[in-house]
Formats: sequence, C-alpha cells, structure tokens
Amino acid sequence: MTNRCERRNGKTRGWTSAVLGLLLLCVGCRQDMHVQPRYNPYDPADFFGDGQSARLPVAGTVPRGDLITGPQELLYTGKINGALAEVFPFPVTRQVLERGRARFEIYCTPCHGMSGDGDGMIIQRGFPPPPPTSFHIDRLRTSPVGYFFNVITNGFGRMYPYGYRVAPRDRWAIVAYIRALELSRQASINDVPEPERQKLMGESR
Amino acid sequence: MAQIFHHSTNTIARVSIFGAVILIALLGYVAEVVNNSPYVTDVDVAQPQPVPFSHKHHVGELGVDCRYCHSSVEVSSSAGMPPTQTCMTCHSQIWTQAAMLQPVRASYRDSKPISWTRVNAVPDFVYFNHSIHVAKGVGCTTCHGPIAEMNITWRAQTLYMRWCLDCHNAPEKYLRPRSEVFNAFYTAPPDQLALGRRLVSEYNVQKLTDCTTCHR
Repeated sequence: MTNRCERRNGKTRGWTSAVLGLLLLCVGCRQDMHVQPRYNPYDPADFFGDGQSARLPVAGTVPRGDLITGPQELLYTGKINGALAEVFPFPVTRQVLERGRARFEIYCTPCHGMSGDGDGMIIQRGFPPPPPTSFHIDRLRTSPVGYFFNVITNGFGRMYPYGYRVAPRDRWAIVAYIRALELSRQASINDVPEPERQKLMGESR
Repeated sequence: MAQIFHHSTNTIARVSIFGAVILIALLGYVAEVVNNSPYVTDVDVAQPQPVPFSHKHHVGELGVDCRYCHSSVEVSSSAGMPPTQTCMTCHSQIWTQAAMLQPVRASYRDSKPISWTRVNAVPDFVYFNHSIHVAKGVGCTTCHGPIAEMNITWRAQTLYMRWCLDCHNAPEKYLRPRSEVFNAFYTAPPDQLALGRRLVSEYNVQKLTDCTTCHR
C-alpha cells in the first residue's frame, strides 16, 4: 500500500513540474521572440568597449566600388588628378536638376535660403553668415564645379561636412542645381524658350 | 416529498448563469480597454530624453525637413538617427552656451553617442522598412502623428498588428502624393478615397497581407 501511494504522489509531482516547466517555457518563448539575440540599428552593446553595436570600418577601409583613384576620382572627390574638376562626372539632365533641387531644399536651404542668397532660417535665427552670404557673386560663379562638390563633402569655414549624409551623386546633383540658380540671375529674356517667354511676357503685362 | 432546493435557488441560478456571461464579457472589455490604454501602448506619452529635443521647434517653427536629420529614411529600413555631428552643424554656432545642450556638446567632445529613449519600436519578429513606405506614398505623420506639435516626442499610434493591417488592407485610406510624404502639415483632402485609389494604381501599391510580408 505504502508503495503504491508513494508512486501516485511521485506521478502527481511529475505532472505538476511538467506543467510548470511548460509554463516557464512559454514565458521564455515570448520574450525570446520579442527581444531576439541580435542587434537592431543603434542598439547598445556591452561586448564592445564603446558600448555601440554599430562598428566603424577599420581605418583605411575602401568600400567595394568606392576606389577614389583613376576614373572614380572625379565622382567621389570632385577632382581630376588632384585638381578641382571643371566638369560633371555624368550628364546633367532635367532629372538630375530636379533631384538636385529636392536635395538642395532639404540640406542647404536652412542656411543658404531657397535661392542661394544666404538668408535661410538658421541664419535668421543667429547662425553667423559666412563672408560670402550668397552664391551669386563672381568668385563663386567662376569657381569650378569640383569646388562646390568639395565644400559639400568636407565643409568650409563654419559649415560642417555633409559628405556623410548626402551620397556622391546627390552632391553632384546639388552642384548642378546651384549652377542653375547662378545662371538664373545672369540670364536674359532671350535665354527663355519661345512658348515660355510668351507666358512670362503675358504675366508681366 | 419536500423540495430539496429553496425557492431562492431559482434566482441564484439565473443570476449566476447570466452573471457569468456578463462577468466574462466585462473582463474581456476591461482587458481590451487596458490593452489599448496609454498605460500599455505608450501612445500620447511623451518620453523623457537626455536632451529635451523639440520637433515642434525644429520642424514646426524652423521648417527643417525630416530628412535633414533622418537621412537614411528613403534608402534604408531604419530612418536613421542623426549623429551628434548633425546637431553640431548648427549648434556649434547657435545656443552654444545653452545648458540643455550640454549633453550634445559632451557627446561631440568625447565621441560618445547620445543615448536617446526609443519612442517607436516593433517587436523583433516584425521586419518594418521605412524606405518602401515613403516610396509608396505613406506620409511621416500618418504613423508618427502631429510631429510638428510635439515639444517632447510621443508615440502617436499603437503599432499593433491590427493597426498595420488597417492600412495594408485598404491603403487608399491613407496614401498621399509622393511630393507630400515629408510635409509635416499635410491634411488629407475631402476626396481622400478617390485620390487614394488613383495613387494605389499609379504607385502600384499592393495589398500585402501575407504573414511573411512582415514576419520572416
């Protein structure tokens, strides 16, 4: 009798622990799936000394396709054999200009203003304007396009570099749009195509 | 033969049967209310941050584009949090003595990123991608709410799956023209459904409701 009783008790205890174990597993599952053992962007990490999961490439690393010598030099540095380039690395189409305008309005207008006069909102709020407050001066009108590309990439004076958040092709598109802005101040009515000219003349009348 | 049960038993039986139904329904209702309350969802709860960054000031008053800081939103799953260098682009020159910006300056000086408190997050088994949503005409404020009015940022939506599916089932209710995606002051036109249907076909928006669209 005693033996059977003990066995039954043992069975019950077994069941209880099995159910409890399953419950524990369920709890574990939920957390495991919600918070998986991997790093999401910007997650902190104890493993590395600086506490970040995002790692910087080893100094001197060149991403595949980003070689900045030879034919790629112009696209990525705005230079040809070390000298500021006078030409664009790809044809400037209407599409490029429109892309340039959109990127200009995101990254440049806060300081340089919508038309490049250097009267953006951040300047109005107290950012000290740089010596040339406008793109529409002779020195900048005659600067090579590579000069603008370099300033966007590496910064200039109080202007911080933008290379880390504006891709090279977008930087070139912005340069093209700056050129268009400069041209717009130098253009005469004869530069406007005929149908558009009629419209403008009509409006001004 | 004497009755086994007292008369009142009838009432008790009725009350307990209907009471049980009502109690279960009530419990369900309470669970639903709690589950949708800010206590659980964090919706409308401004999260304390190491620096009291104001979207209201930067977006609403200064008109800075979302992408000026969240620069990877069009090309990546993550919208991108700005490195301290982006803050210092302006704050190296303005508000340079402000005490509230001390952590920003310290972060830049020591090359230690600021540890922001996350406001919006989905569980790890959800693979959300910002770039496809903005490319198909889902505006920032559709999910992130009136960001241009937030002094301290709060979560605007529950991010529950039923909320995702509400749009995935009927995207025409929310889509806007691509040119308006980053407009923080956009209001939907009265003929939203007509516009939405046009955009669904123009942008080739599919009703992706397979489990594997988000869960991989």
